[in-house]
Amino acid sequence: MAKLNINGRVRDANVPNDTPLLWFIREQVGLTGTKYGCGVAQCGACSVHINGEVQRSCSIRVGDIKATDKIVTIEGLSATTSHPVQQAWAALDVPQCGYCQSGQIMAAAALLAKTKKPTDSDIDQAMTNICRCGTYQRIRAAVHLAAEGRSALNRASKARS
Amino acid sequence: MKKMIFGNAAKISRRKFMVSSAAAGGGLALGMNLPFLSDAHAQRAGTGTEINIWVVVRPNDTCVIRIARSEMGQGTLTGLAQLVAEELDCDWKKVTTEGLTPGRNLASKRAWGNMSTGGSQGIRQSQDYVRRGGAAARMMLLQAAADLWQVPVAEVTVDKGIVKHGPTFRQIGYGKVAAAAAKLPPPDPKTIKLKDPKDWKIAGKPLKRLDTAAKLNGSKIYAIDVKLPGMLNAAIKDSPVFGGKLKSFDEAKIAKMPGVKKVVRVKDSAIAVVAETWWQAKTALDALPVVWDEGPNASQSSATIAEFIKAGLTSEQTNGEIKKGDALAAIAGAAKKVEATYSTPFLSHACMEVNNATVKLSADMAELWVPTQNLEASLAALSEESGIPLNKCEVHRHDLGGGFGRRGGTQDYVRQAVVIAKEFPGTPVKLIWSREEDQAHDFFRPISQCKATAALDAQGNLTGMHIRLSGQSINAWLNPAGVVNGKDRRQLQGFWEEPHDAQIGYTVANSLIEYTMRNTHVPVGPWRGVNTNQNGVYMECFMEEIARAAGKDSLEFRRALMKNHPKHLAVLNAAAEKGNWGKPLPAGQYRGIAQFMGYGSYSAATAEVSVSPQGKLKVHRMVLALNCGHAVNPDQIAAQVEGSVAYGLSATLYGDCPVEKGRMTSLNFDSYEIMKIAEMPKVETVIVPTYDFWGGVGEPTICVVAPAVLNAVFAATGKPVRSLPLKDIKLV
Ligand code: FES
Ligand code: FES
Repeated sequence: MAKLNINGRVRDANVPNDTPLLWFIREQVGLTGTKYGCGVAQCGACSVHINGEVQRSCSIRVGDIKATDKIVTIEGLSATTSHPVQQAWAALDVPQCGYCQSGQIMAAAALLAKTKKPTDSDIDQAMTNICRCGTYQRIRAAVHLAAEGRSALNRASKARS
Repeated sequence: MKKMIFGNAAKISRRKFMVSSAAAGGGLALGMNLPFLSDAHAQRAGTGTEINIWVVVRPNDTCVIRIARSEMGQGTLTGLAQLVAEELDCDWKKVTTEGLTPGRNLASKRAWGNMSTGGSQGIRQSQDYVRRGGAAARMMLLQAAADLWQVPVAEVTVDKGIVKHGPTFRQIGYGKVAAAAAKLPPPDPKTIKLKDPKDWKIAGKPLKRLDTAAKLNGSKIYAIDVKLPGMLNAAIKDSPVFGGKLKSFDEAKIAKMPGVKKVVRVKDSAIAVVAETWWQAKTALDALPVVWDEGPNASQSSATIAEFIKAGLTSEQTNGEIKKGDALAAIAGAAKKVEATYSTPFLSHACMEVNNATVKLSADMAELWVPTQNLEASLAALSEESGIPLNKCEVHRHDLGGGFGRRGGTQDYVRQAVVIAKEFPGTPVKLIWSREEDQAHDFFRPISQCKATAALDAQGNLTGMHIRLSGQSINAWLNPAGVVNGKDRRQLQGFWEEPHDAQIGYTVANSLIEYTMRNTHVPVGPWRGVNTNQNGVYMECFMEEIARAAGKDSLEFRRALMKNHPKHLAVLNAAAEKGNWGKPLPAGQYRGIAQFMGYGSYSAATAEVSVSPQGKLKVHRMVLALNCGHAVNPDQIAAQVEGSVAYGLSATLYGDCPVEKGRMTSLNFDSYEIMKIAEMPKVETVIVPTYDFWGGVGEPTICVVAPAVLNAVFAATGKPVRSLPLKDIKLV
């Protein structure tokens, strides 16, 4: 039986090896912040971090994950919604329906972990998640805001509360 | 649309009332009782005291504002709360909301009014009675404080939920007088004075949404996330060919697959597998041998449908016309004739949250968890399909992961879920559609074509215009009563002469605008900006062609036709000004402009684009101007405008649902491509409210997105674009 480390907790994966990680996370672990959108690696709603890389969990088989791999879901990104990306999202009221936003936030967090000050074209390349509500303009602004650091974030949060 | 008189509701049997609410598909305003009398059936919200049906006050001064309409991302929840809080004069920092359920509304004789959320009506149709509810609660709270202090209520004021008596320097919070206020009789409706919007302090301000926090950390529970003890999961496949039937299936082949509980025939056209988890159900369903009776529709294709619709462009008979003067004579005698034929395809909604519904049926009770734009239609569907009386049914409220018109009156997935749950009495069953099922069985944006002819005189003035639309009718599919004597004026939305809703902005002396109904076998329904999204393309792309044929500036040519429509004109001017119309652009960039009206609001846009030598389009910047009358939350209006650009531009660039052998073929986002962040232009929103009407926000602006972009493409390439999507067209 495979063992999976999700948000720092190791769990037995008592499912067939070809079960998508997405559905293991949602149905066995019971963490529902990671969303199903397409199942074919097109939309990014199911994005999680595996060893710091953003991955589309609908298209990764549980059997292909090693016990040493560290999986982080939106629930594990921060304990108190305090990750700079989450704060920037709050400051600019990014979400509309919110359904795609777990994936957007995970993609943005992975981008910023590698690229401290991403350019617009870095964002275009890294952020390929679909948002049907069309929050793209605010996502872009929020990624830039998160990159600016704490004091900019604090200013933006206070500007409109 | 018909509107019942207030108070008539009680005369109609509840059952009939609710079922008709379902059939209306979100477009019909239903009657209701006076909505701000406190209701005995209403539950207490936490420890608070109910002042009236809209407002509950807790001892710590927190004000709980009740919300009837659905929240699907459009911000209505926050906007409605702002309106109530404004009249209530409470502290916005202490406002929280409580969503109402349709069972509770029904038990209270629909005290909270129509819950349907479509047609951009969430705020404009409820603003009056929710504001009155807030004002009535304030009057009662002030009276209670005055009574406590034994002073005339006229000497009492309130600021942010703190009631004050100036002369004696006394003050008290709403929380402390709530219990006494609740015992007072509600004020005479005639004595309720609503604030002048110019004095608004909470409404009209770009306040942050109240519902953001849970969307940032995965804690928000959408209907698809519901977990219930003992819950089973179902995956479903409906006949790929619309109108086909389920012939046979080989259950034995999958019976032993992990977790599988049962295979359920759902009505005569669908098959579902129920298992412990959804992934097990879906895996087994994919492995299940199924034979379909595809029926006669299997011979249909995009090509046959296009031919069928094309014939409607020249047919004798029509299904609605708007006529002024003699357009045909004007065209016959024109110095110059302009002609063009346009087409727009079927489009799916592709909400990010796929359709799903969780149903639990017991002997005398039915419960439903569902993303829905019409909670009452969901309740009605639950009752009808289960046979359990309405008053024993309840729908648990979940904000939607997108709606866009898909989840209003139709409730097809709710009915399926009930049929499945009937096989498991007492056990909740969650039905989730795969994305493929969602793409295969939408109620699509109607397909249509348009043949347009215009007459210019020797000076290049527009003297006559003939527009013939041919295409599918939403009413014919969802609301046959809306087709009266074979006429269906809804398909002419945006061309209407009557003011206030979807009025044409031009005056053309001789004008004939006609609609021919051409219904295919593909189900159709409302799609964000219903009908105005394709009619806006037709009108505004054609207006561009006329202006160019007349050798005139696109903006000036339009202005000359808009003197009788000052509101349309003002919005066009606002877009032109902010969009720097007539000013130079960087080399290789070109501008387009468009204006159109829908959903009670006036919209205009400019677009700046470039087309590379390889024919690749880039939209750099768009300016959208909107007059929605009153602007309840300017920041959320901007968010809706930005979203409408993404939704509209995605359709312009990629949107198409082709039909082959009677079925949809673009079944996931690899073939039904959706625009991403890299293609998002910079969007500037200009709100130009005139404060003399209440217009919609969620839908209006989408109708100018595509035409502004297409007209800019025309400017860039010198060639008009007459069919969508752009991915199928060689631009250079
Ligand atoms: S659900 Fe995984 S990418 Fe869409
Ligand atoms: S916020 Fe609704 S899909 Fe992105």
